[in-house]
Amino acid sequence: MEHIVIIGNGIAGSTAARYLRKLSNNIITMISGETEYPFSRTALMYVYMGHMEFEHTKLYEDWFWVKNRIDTIKAWVKEIDTTSKIILLEDGRKINFDKLILATGSKPNKFGWPGQDLTGVQGLYHYQDIKNMEAATQNGINKAVIVGGGLIGIEMAEMFHSRHIPVTMLVREDSFWNIVLPDEESQMINRHIIANGIDLRLREELQEIKGKDGKVSSMICKNSGEEIECEFVGLTVGVSPNFEFINSSGISTNRGIIVNEYLQTSADSIYAIGDCAELSQPVSGRRPIEAVWYTGRMMGKTVAQTICNEATKYNPGIWFNSAKFFDIEYQVYGDIPAKTPEHITSLYWQHPTENKAIRINYETLTGIVTGFNLMGIRYRHLVCEKWIAERTNIETVIEHLSLANFDPEFFDEYERAFVDLYNQKNNKSIHLKTKRDLGMVKKFLYN
Amino acid sequence: MQPYKSISITAHHQTDGINLNQKLALSLVGIGLLLQMVFWLSFQSEGAGVWLWSSIGLVSVGSIWYTAGQYKNTLPGIKNNNNWFGSLTSRGSFAWVLAILLTGFYVLLYWYPHLLGQGSGGGVNTGLVGLFDPLSIFLKGKPASQWFVYGAIYTLTILLMGVKFIYKYRHNKYQVYRTFSIMFFQTAIAFILPEIMQSLNKPYYDFKNIWPLNYYFFFDWNIDAMLAAGTFGYFMLFWGIISFLVITPILTYFFGKRWYCSWVCGCGGLAETAGDPFRHLSDKSLKAWKLERWMIHSVLVFVTLMTISVLVARFTGIRNILFIDSGSLSSWYGFFIGAAFSGVVGVGFYPLLGNRVWCRFGCPMAAYLGILQRFTIKLPWNKESRRMSKFRITTNGSQCISCGNCSTYCEMGIDVKSYAQRQEDIVRASCVGCGICSAVCPRGVLRLENV
Repeated sequence: MEHIVIIGNGIAGSTAARYLRKLSNNIITMISGETEYPFSRTALMYVYMGHMEFEHTKLYEDWFWVKNRIDTIKAWVKEIDTTSKIILLEDGRKINFDKLILATGSKPNKFGWPGQDLTGVQGLYHYQDIKNMEAATQNGINKAVIVGGGLIGIEMAEMFHSRHIPVTMLVREDSFWNIVLPDEESQMINRHIIANGIDLRLREELQEIKGKDGKVSSMICKNSGEEIECEFVGLTVGVSPNFEFINSSGISTNRGIIVNEYLQTSADSIYAIGDCAELSQPVSGRRPIEAVWYTGRMMGKTVAQTICNEATKYNPGIWFNSAKFFDIEYQVYGDIPAKTPEHITSLYWQHPTENKAIRINYETLTGIVTGFNLMGIRYRHLVCEKWIAERTNIETVIEHLSLANFDPEFFDEYERAFVDLYNQKNNKSIHLKTKRDLGMVKKFLYN
Repeated sequence: MQPYKSISITAHHQTDGINLNQKLALSLVGIGLLLQMVFWLSFQSEGAGVWLWSSIGLVSVGSIWYTAGQYKNTLPGIKNNNNWFGSLTSRGSFAWVLAILLTGFYVLLYWYPHLLGQGSGGGVNTGLVGLFDPLSIFLKGKPASQWFVYGAIYTLTILLMGVKFIYKYRHNKYQVYRTFSIMFFQTAIAFILPEIMQSLNKPYYDFKNIWPLNYYFFFDWNIDAMLAAGTFGYFMLFWGIISFLVITPILTYFFGKRWYCSWVCGCGGLAETAGDPFRHLSDKSLKAWKLERWMIHSVLVFVTLMTISVLVARFTGIRNILFIDSGSLSSWYGFFIGAAFSGVVGVGFYPLLGNRVWCRFGCPMAAYLGILQRFTIKLPWNKESRRMSKFRITTNGSQCISCGNCSTYCEMGIDVKSYAQRQEDIVRASCVGCGICSAVCPRGVLRLENV
């Protein structure tokens, strides 16, 4: 029986803990300075918005961890001694381990702007961030400025919007998140941000933040030079792996903690998973660091298998992700680059009046489907994944497109419109052959 | 993180969350209710018509205006902002006051109707009951009773709060259709049709109120009334039996219990409309689930024993089963379950325990439907055991981010997330298929299906 210690209780760390318990009888300890028990980081926004209380965001009820003999320690780690296998906590306690999993997540980027450490200037990642946001804004403020046009930036805009706090949002690019979203989708989100009353400034960046008595009082835009009075500046220009405390340990790092395909670091019996891990050899088409909920979860499961059973390579499978931009849900399956490569045809259908769109990419020559992008429409993960994995032809896919539809009952279905668009562009006459029906989906998936 | 709870209805921030339209609209509702109160406390019976119609008019216009004021300038989408901050929706002082008013009303209704103005011994109605005489006379040519008043207020509430719910969920056709259905069944089948039948000298009968929810269906007085009503009465008796024995199992097989609980039932109707602002208050803990299973199935056993004893007494004359008199068994049931639980606690405690307390912990019909929805059975000619219903909630691959919105907004207190994050279908006896988990999911993970 070994003592396995996990630093970090985010989705990667807590998933690792659960699978370690499923697969072994080892002693498991999960250390976090953030909270005693795991919660859903992605749900913090809803706590601020009053949709939920913090308690609701916990992954499991508290007794779950006790019942499954997963010990928890609420403390920050100061440093790790890799040779004697000891963890030193900030409070002076020492913990011995046989195996160690680093799952310490990310921290919001700060690029050395003047005033970036003033009170009321912060990112959004940790539980403590949401407490600070609450403290900075609970008596009402007149203006918040958000720097950065990504997922966390728009979440923050939605949070302030829920409290009727006027928001100015600075986005460096020409259009919201267009390093990831293709133009049409990105512009749909631009319009939706503006429709929600957000003052969206494209092609604008942060120059400096000014303060009074240690608190933010205004910020200056880099391009226009305009000074905007504000009581809060949200820094949401991406996140970076969080690993300072291992700097003295000798574990190899680059932008993140370097791991091989088995998620092992350079130190014996020490693994790294989730946002903080940087794969030395990522699978083709994938980035070395993917700070995404889903990959964290997959890594947690993989590392538990490696530790308890046999060495298992991390295989992230076919890319998928999802988000919600104010009221617009977004799902992606497979590969949808922001700029469509030359050998790919990207077929895009958009609802004439509502914020709904379907995009399917396929190889122009072979017709092999490579990705799906959905705005305001829900598609089935497993169906899209199977089509992509089996390199299915676009015409087969659209004939059976209704199998993918996952919208609630009675919702309008747009698969016919999509097929019509394909027919019109290609001078074909393909018809929908299947209906939206779970029985048929199961047949497709499991036969 | 404990944001303080202000006494404003929705938010505690720089605006108090209520705009001018809403304030004016609430004033109209307030005046309408005040009119009812004044007439009630005057305990007179003259001139009820003017008071009644103006109060209903003011309440209706005010309520719809309020709805418009709240949602008109919002984009279609989920509207749960600040639910846990507002006093009314997070067990603050407004919630307690409302709970006390509601429970108080139910106590008067069940046990002190004369305080509502119910005329005793053929006497003239006054007060609140007298206020509703004109509507009752219009519908069935007879003066009102406290139950007529209750039905009228209940129906009006479902209609007005239904309009609000539809506007709130206008982007979601499942919610819109479902709410129209609830409004229709309450207004036409539960309220107007029985009144018209009474005006034609037929017995009172709400055709969608099925035994065992309709616990008095097999009581002597009810059976006698049906038998005395000729062919139509026999049809009622027949309908009452097959709706329980045949229609319920068949529809539940195809659609799950939702066909009843969130599309047809009056209790469900009130919970889904007036109760909607309180759905997140249900207890999601495992403990609550254990308690729920004990309680609801005990009530089902209770109502079954009580009904059997009543029928045995009718057909054999034996009034004594296991040393308990069938008459007292049925009056206990009526008191504890029919009145105290379903009414006083079930609705009165909406603002404190959530909107489905009765449906979750007490309703024997829900227990019966739940068994039909949940149970698996192995028939000799099938290789594998099969579930008795096609209904389930499916999860979408690995898209769940464990955010907890689904569990929080499940009015039945099902920890939906615990299934979704494990990628398991949700098949729970208590699920009424309201579809809100699917609506509030920010990642498109949940779908109600009949496979």
